[in-house]
Amino acid sequence: MTKYALVIDITRCNGCYNCFLACRDEYCGNDYPPYSAAQPFIGHFWMRLIEKERGKYPKVKVTYTPVPCMHCESPICTQASSHNAVYERPDGIVIIDPEKAVGQKEIVSACPYRVIYWNEEKNIPQKCTFCAHLLDEGWKEPRCVEACPTDALVFGDLEDPHSQISKIIASQEVEELHPEYGLKPQVHYIGLPKRFIAGEVVFGDKEDECAENVKVTLTDKRAKKTVKTDNYGDFEFEGLQPETTYSIRIEHKGYAPKELHVQTKTDVYLGEIVLIPDTDLAQTDRQ
Amino acid sequence: MVFAENEDVPTWIIETKGRKFSAPRKVTLAPYVLTQRARTYSENRIKYPLKRVDFNLNGDRHPETRGKSGYERISWDEALDIVAGEMKRIRTTYGPEAIMSRCSSHHEWGNIGYKFRTWGRFFHLLGFTDIFDNPDSWEAWLWGAVHAYGFYWNLGVPEQYDLLEDSLKNTELIIQWSNDPDATCGVYGAQESAIWRLWLRELGKKQIYIDPYCNHTAVTMADKWIAPRPGTDAAMALAIAYIWIRENTYDRDYVATHTIGFEEFRKYVMGEDDGVPKTPKWAWEITGVQARTITALAREWASKRTAVGTGTRGVWGGACRQAYATEWARLVVLLQAMQGLGKPGVSIWGTTMGAPFNASFEFPGYASDGYGMNNLAKKPAVNSVTQRIYRLLIPEAILNPPIHWLGEGFCGNSLEQQFIPYTYPEPGCSEVKMFYRYGGSFIGTMTETNRWVKMYQSPKLEFVVNQDCWWCTETGFADIILPACTNFERNDIAEWASSGGYSHNSSDVCNHRIIVYQQKCIEPLYESRSDYQIFSMLAERLGFKEDFTEGNLEEDWIEKMFYATDLPKYVSFEDFKKKGYFVVPIPEDYKPTPALRWFYEGRECDTPDRYNPKKGTEKAKELGTYSGKIEFVSQSLKDRFPEDEERPPMPRYIPNWEGLTSELAKNYPLQLISPHPRFSFHTHHDGKVPWLGDIPGHRIRKDGFNWQTIRIHPSDAEVRDIKNGDIVKLYNDRGAVLGIAQVTERIRPGVVHSYESSAIYDPLEPGKAGSIDRGGCMNLLTPSRLISKNAPGMAPNSCLIEISKWEV
Repeated sequence: MTKYALVIDITRCNGCYNCFLACRDEYCGNDYPPYSAAQPFIGHFWMRLIEKERGKYPKVKVTYTPVPCMHCESPICTQASSHNAVYERPDGIVIIDPEKAVGQKEIVSACPYRVIYWNEEKNIPQKCTFCAHLLDEGWKEPRCVEACPTDALVFGDLEDPHSQISKIIASQEVEELHPEYGLKPQVHYIGLPKRFIAGEVVFGDKEDECAENVKVTLTDKRAKKTVKTDNYGDFEFEGLQPETTYSIRIEHKGYAPKELHVQTKTDVYLGEIVLIPDTDLAQTDRQ
Repeated sequence: MVFAENEDVPTWIIETKGRKFSAPRKVTLAPYVLTQRARTYSENRIKYPLKRVDFNLNGDRHPETRGKSGYERISWDEALDIVAGEMKRIRTTYGPEAIMSRCSSHHEWGNIGYKFRTWGRFFHLLGFTDIFDNPDSWEAWLWGAVHAYGFYWNLGVPEQYDLLEDSLKNTELIIQWSNDPDATCGVYGAQESAIWRLWLRELGKKQIYIDPYCNHTAVTMADKWIAPRPGTDAAMALAIAYIWIRENTYDRDYVATHTIGFEEFRKYVMGEDDGVPKTPKWAWEITGVQARTITALAREWASKRTAVGTGTRGVWGGACRQAYATEWARLVVLLQAMQGLGKPGVSIWGTTMGAPFNASFEFPGYASDGYGMNNLAKKPAVNSVTQRIYRLLIPEAILNPPIHWLGEGFCGNSLEQQFIPYTYPEPGCSEVKMFYRYGGSFIGTMTETNRWVKMYQSPKLEFVVNQDCWWCTETGFADIILPACTNFERNDIAEWASSGGYSHNSSDVCNHRIIVYQQKCIEPLYESRSDYQIFSMLAERLGFKEDFTEGNLEEDWIEKMFYATDLPKYVSFEDFKKKGYFVVPIPEDYKPTPALRWFYEGRECDTPDRYNPKKGTEKAKELGTYSGKIEFVSQSLKDRFPEDEERPPMPRYIPNWEGLTSELAKNYPLQLISPHPRFSFHTHHDGKVPWLGDIPGHRIRKDGFNWQTIRIHPSDAEVRDIKNGDIVKLYNDRGAVLGIAQVTERIRPGVVHSYESSAIYDPLEPGKAGSIDRGGCMNLLTPSRLISKNAPGMAPNSCLIEISKWEV
């Protein structure tokens, strides 16, 4: 028994949009009865990319999150449809029947992942099919996965313990988008963007030298983490939780420590954090 | 794209640090290639031969309405009769040199159909005023770097052989200085090297990106982003040298044995000759990069085996296309010389080329053997006309001759070829009266391109033809338009990513060397025909069809090409056509020959750099400079232009002639940079498939139109009341362009970024030079001034503009 699934490793995605374009190339202008009707030339994003710019000049990153249909194990779209317009195959692929689903616009808004699109011209809801028409012909993977140049997308059979996808899921932490929906998506992610806090430490009395090896400690309610600034005076804490308050403590011998409180509503770039030499303390120490 | 299961050619494996690295057994694609099927059926295809309605062949031709007047459909016979008739008339009246023709830099792929071959054969047999192309993508490497290290036979691009293995094994730090490899793909290399950069990251090799814009590769790969002001890179380079000299962290032995002129350079850097030490603080005032950051960069670079990539072929990034860029390009070479260029791990490498490569397998590229299929034909096509024009000066040549320039464009024959002075018109020759334009991209790709609009409207051009597959920026200026078909509508044969010629062995950008039988998929759409058919029909009317075709159909040339290569040693023509591709095997005893390792070790050149003229001679240990060494003081420049202050024998920092300290900056305070796009190969894919309007990195659809994306920092946007998604006008004294604002933190404040290569020229006032363009042609704004007095390269990245919200 086959059980198809997809793992998307965002740390390997370089934002080339090949997956999106391959999907358009496969489906625009091409009917594949009984799997799918042609996708409209523009307007649908059966493989959608969510670009997220994170940080502030000059500390900026971009992550790309590819979002196809989740092919949920407990799909809500089947429940929202009538006349068996949406069904789940034994291999886990969820199909919207292009003939039976005519007029059923409610299927579009039923999906909390928003991966179903309305085809105005044909009066049907449509979405990603994991290229079931190709898989049934012997293809090993959908067009998007084939087009990915970095193995950011890995597709395969979870029932096969030797498949690449099974090995990845066994050896790495994967997560799903919105697990709280309870729909058990078969699309899993590695490296979904969290939050980072970063900054550049500068010595107030030595601006021409980068503040290397300065101790920076991050604390939240549960844990503490310490790093040292690099040769540019930069530090970064990645993989943090959103909407959380953290304390950052920056300390270096001969300087007054600095304490900052930061809330991760967005990624936080603190910019230049200037350490002032603690000359009074230094004098006291010498005495 | 996945290899056939019975494909038995193994993929190379590179072993290092207890791991094995091998590329996936498939071919990657650049994103725009996935639009090629849709592009073939694009609404933008030129469907039928067209005649401009205001063009009266035997009456008033109304050149002044070119760009404005409409077109009517005519038959092929009528179109070709007019074109051939005009060619005959102009040749008879003025001479063969009165016809000028040029292609765009790139064309539909295929060794038979490509511009050099089919177009090249036709026009060289006919005789015409040919145009020297400026080395657009890599200007300062030809006009500058060759005078530091040779490699003129590669037009200034340093060899890249086996640098993937060298970098995986030996490099510790990668500095990408004006390089965006995920966008520029090693030119033709799809995304073959995307996985290489992941390997480098997995091996813990730090990547630093120096670019005013945090480019596509930087945003996912950069461990550090440094954003200098455009045009100031030479100052940063000098400050780095300053730190190395002051702290004695450079390879003194290498400098002593492998270079000349260092002492004069040292004095300049330390301020002993001009009283200005090129300190990081000095550089900070010019570049806007903190002195401490430059110091830290210099120290890190010196402490680690560093590969520097300045573009997609090791070189080619946008910083080489700006005022006085020759100075920075040379300084990069000199900086790496100070760190022992050629030492294991120390290279000029863009992270895109240098895969293990069987260089002994013969398959010439389209640019090999000159123009016109000369390696296959009985009669080579040789141009009888010696008059030339320089591409960057075409409008001046037509509107306001005479013009003068130096060099033969792609100067690959010698260091001195770029010094040869030219004049147009050539004494005794007629001026050009007819322009046969093959392709139509220049308004989006050349500089100060309102000049082209004016040129086309000049009565000096009695007749203009445009031959293309799609409507592009110049198409609407022609008198007769001929519809050509794409390479999906005809057969051809070629190697992937190999142009040959001055880019010999460029297919080492691919993980597998692949020869392709490019199968015709559909019949030519509408009334389009292959270029070969069009030129055959014209040649027939002009009386040289037999010379042009030699009795061959396209299929015959394809077969001749097959037999002129090493393919028959491995596969029959029939089997090759049936399978459709051939993967070139790498010999089992393959020995890597890393680029410039031989030079570092004082040995004879052992790389497959075939066109290195010293290779195999008693000078085989030398570089292609006069001294044979890396020259801090260029002997070739000292010999020819010793007093040139704009490109002196020893590189210097020279303030950008259109930078923030110039007069122009008072009115136009923002610096525009316009590098190569990611989601179109030059103009090839832009404007043909609306899908590119769904990729914000390319165009953004608003109110039904796909606007060119303009990137601007929040601080610059706010004072101008510009919000994300607003339509904005970019302008200066040269022109005005509309686009859609993308307010982003990814750019240095004071800098505006938008890609060049718009294929859409959509003036609000058609036919009026200087009209605001809605299409996104940034090059309406860029200066036509050349890099420097004796370095005739384009400098589009030295461009000052202002930006405002476009209300109505």
